[in-house]
Amino acid sequence: MIYDVSIWAVLIFTFFVAAVLGLSFYFARKTKSAAGYYAAGGNIHWGVNGIAFAGDYLSAASFLGICGMIAFSGYDGFLYSIGYLAGWVVALFLVAEPLKKLGKYTFTDALDARFNSKSIKLTASISTLIVSVFYLIPQMVGAGDLVVPLLGLPHYVGVLIVGSIVIFIVATAGMTSTTYVQFIKGALLIIFSVVLTVYILNNGLTLTPGGKEHRFERYEAVVLEGQLVGLEGTDYNFDKAVEANGHTFAKLEKQGVYRWFKLSDDGLYLDEMLSTSVADDGTKLYNGEPKSERKFFQVGHLTSIEVDGQQVEETGPLGPFEFFTALENSELVRFTRQDLWDENTTVWYQTPTAGADMVKPGLLLKVSSKAGATFWTKLNFVSLMLALFLGTSALPHILIRYYTVASQRAARKSTIVAIAAIGFFYILTMYMGLGAAINGVLDVESSNMSGPLLAKYFGVGLFSIISAIAFATVLGTVSGLIVASSGAIAHDFLDNYLDMKMDDKKKVMAGKIAAFGVGILAIALGILFKGMNVSFLVGLAFAVAASANLPSILFLLFWEKTTAKGISWSIVTGILSSVLLILLSPSMFERYGLSSSAAIFPIDNPGIVSIPLATIVLVVVSLMTQKDNSRKVENYHNG
Amino acid sequence: MHGPAAKLEADKSAAKKAKLGVILFLVYTLVYAGFVIIGLTDPELLGKPIIGNQNLAIVYGFGLIILAIIMGFVYNFFCTRMEDSMNSKKQEDKS
Repeated sequence: MIYDVSIWAVLIFTFFVAAVLGLSFYFARKTKSAAGYYAAGGNIHWGVNGIAFAGDYLSAASFLGICGMIAFSGYDGFLYSIGYLAGWVVALFLVAEPLKKLGKYTFTDALDARFNSKSIKLTASISTLIVSVFYLIPQMVGAGDLVVPLLGLPHYVGVLIVGSIVIFIVATAGMTSTTYVQFIKGALLIIFSVVLTVYILNNGLTLTPGGKEHRFERYEAVVLEGQLVGLEGTDYNFDKAVEANGHTFAKLEKQGVYRWFKLSDDGLYLDEMLSTSVADDGTKLYNGEPKSERKFFQVGHLTSIEVDGQQVEETGPLGPFEFFTALENSELVRFTRQDLWDENTTVWYQTPTAGADMVKPGLLLKVSSKAGATFWTKLNFVSLMLALFLGTSALPHILIRYYTVASQRAARKSTIVAIAAIGFFYILTMYMGLGAAINGVLDVESSNMSGPLLAKYFGVGLFSIISAIAFATVLGTVSGLIVASSGAIAHDFLDNYLDMKMDDKKKVMAGKIAAFGVGILAIALGILFKGMNVSFLVGLAFAVAASANLPSILFLLFWEKTTAKGISWSIVTGILSSVLLILLSPSMFERYGLSSSAAIFPIDNPGIVSIPLATIVLVVVSLMTQKDNSRKVENYHNG
Repeated sequence: MHGPAAKLEADKSAAKKAKLGVILFLVYTLVYAGFVIIGLTDPELLGKPIIGNQNLAIVYGFGLIILAIIMGFVYNFFCTRMEDSMNSKKQEDKS
């Protein structure tokens, strides 16, 4: 997609980044101790910490990924909102206070508090690192997506910018600056999402968003004996027909430019599509022409609107519930991707969709037998909902935030502030996603940009602010993840596991060096995973976190017979099984350039297998190693 | 080496609070599981209008989010009351 770069966007973006860096400098001068670097000295106000939690949590996945997924697949994207928030219930009711009581700086400290076990220190620090890296990938992918329309730079430059700034932030100030960056960003994200939602409702539904949307071409097809052989009423020349996935696609030529059309399901018409292809000289072509010709356009529009039984052109302003009712009675066009491997081409064809289907599950995650659901698609749905529910309270970068407040009461209160703020934001995602779906703003190459591009539809000022906040979102979340990772390496592994006996100054230095290493890794992975929906990627990170960490946390808190070996083996099993199953899943097979149907593990989200597996291993190993518990450190008490 | 970053007072209400937390967690899990089970067994039901022309998917989905917020406040109210009544010396809020 080609975007016009706005000077306002660049200015506001620069201002935000400068403000974030300024804040880091300010706190850097105050941060000297290890407690300050890893846990902000344990003296952040619970209200600030709560919004910072929201800032941490409302990462690229929430704003970019969920809005994008709702825009492309309706309510199925909102399932992520529901699951992400439900995860906080587990965090609040089961984990927040006891964990606060157990830990010092890191998640590993908490797990190890009762045992002082080398194997827990090793496995928990590796788990923290792996989960954080999994979570880092979508943030970096989102960062790259953001700078494309914002600054007109290539995706990899965005990844590099974020990586460099974050390494700088973390390497200077640690958890205090990360907390304040998250606080400011979390608050701004919620405020401006409200503004965007007000714009959406005020705009209502319209058949002509902005008045400059693309009119799709349609020609009569010539079909003989079931074969597409040509077309009528145009000066396009018929080149060839290609069958894929039960559909017929036509390659047409006019003045040396090749375009792709799809034969309608009734076999009567050829409908215009979007396409990208790679020319013989390696150039990427958009709708048959180089990118600079700007023949690739934004899509997603309504084809009919019905209000009180009457067809209308537009509804005018709508209330929050009227919006859903009006959409349910309307029809829109979504775009479905199809790879034509033999042609080196990807096409996106128009898929007329009833508005009612956008406000219930089923467009992405097949749950209805009528829509072709199978046992495996249903299992994938359950697996995703399970991973989201159990993943939040197993994320190390979320757990470490419990150590930045002074008391258990403050930990609880900050969790509730977070739930209220995050829940409110998630309700808004439904409006932002659906608003993007119907206002002709979607970039089919990147669902992640749907929210910011919708803001651009309402004005470049709003777009600039929203994009800058989204960018700061990525900065903040990546900072938090890198602090968690560097804590795992420097505090858990070097200091505690290897017993390197570092003083405070050396511990902070080791953390900063570790942060640098993880940052470089994150940049590489962000470039590698370009183009994947960030919320989908985060769903996988949640599955890894829930499998590796959650059984250990819950059993440690609620089952007296839990042993150090049980915890260690459960973590290892959780990590290995979840990562292995992800590598064998349909989405990863597509990533390898293979057919998704060839995948060895038939569902995308591994949680339904790996979480119970890690739990069983914990219970069995603990029961087999009961004699170890007689030696456990008795500094844990319930009263 | 181990122990919290900030020094914590002994909390006599911890066991009662944990029990309340488990009960509220189970209640929420049931409601959440209900949504997943409807999605699995009768997804068409989620498209049916329930209240004020809004379908079950919207009402249940928004309801799950709002319920989490309400339960959070309820939990905090009871926990604070337990802490105040059971601990002779109150934990000070950082403010």
